[in-house]
Amino acid sequence: MTSTANLQRRKLLAAGVALAVARPAFATREEMVAAISAFTGGATPKAGRVTLEVAALVDNGNAVPISVAVESPMTANDHVTAIAIFNERNPQTDVVKFALGPRSGKALVSTRIRMATSQKLTAVARMSDGSFWTSSADVIVTLAACIEGEG
Amino acid sequence: MARALINMPKTARRGEVIEIRALIGHPMETGYRPGADGVVQKRDIIRQFSVRYNGEQVFAAELHPAISANPYIAFHTVATESGTLEFSWKGDNGFAQTETAAITVTG
Repeated sequence: MTSTANLQRRKLLAAGVALAVARPAFATREEMVAAISAFTGGATPKAGRVTLEVAALVDNGNAVPISVAVESPMTANDHVTAIAIFNERNPQTDVVKFALGPRSGKALVSTRIRMATSQKLTAVARMSDGSFWTSSADVIVTLAACIEGEG
Repeated sequence: MARALINMPKTARRGEVIEIRALIGHPMETGYRPGADGVVQKRDIIRQFSVRYNGEQVFAAELHPAISANPYIAFHTVATESGTLEFSWKGDNGFAQTETAAITVTG
């Protein structure tokens, strides 16, 4: 009886170790900085002009509504050419990159994203004059997106 | 064919900025999630979304696994002339779908 219990315990322990190993690696803050730097070509984006709208507390990390607005006249000479969203702790730092232009009329985009855990989101906008602007938001996720299969 | 929903005005005044919302049915399998058998499922996502207004690209997006299943994207464009907007999604495993919507521009 005791040996069976021990065996069960051993199996349980082994399963626990396997689970810990199978867990995919989260990205890190450094990786996000690197991803942003790759997008800007090394330039440091300035804070401002970008409004990142996302709930501070989300129930379900599988579909988090998010919208990004950029202050810009959106004329042929002065417009937003791209908006990129990055995250800190999903398995990959890239979320989405939008390509805009003077025909967009308004630099406002929305989508729904996955969040693996509570973390920081950053939106970066590239202007037609080559400057980069950014804004960040911290989001607390109560139910994470299912990257580990438990969801 | 996946089901796609496109929500935009049928008519607009010339120069008006219109909002377009596009949603397509797709699992957006991340490539990080184990299935019921415990084996990690292969990545199957939509990579590219682009919109052409009478042949000219007005909007595009590059999608990553962090985009939710059934990708929803809302954006804006200037109603310049009557014609058609062509929405196309491209993804893994040869996924490709194109939808069109007509717009009548007055004034």
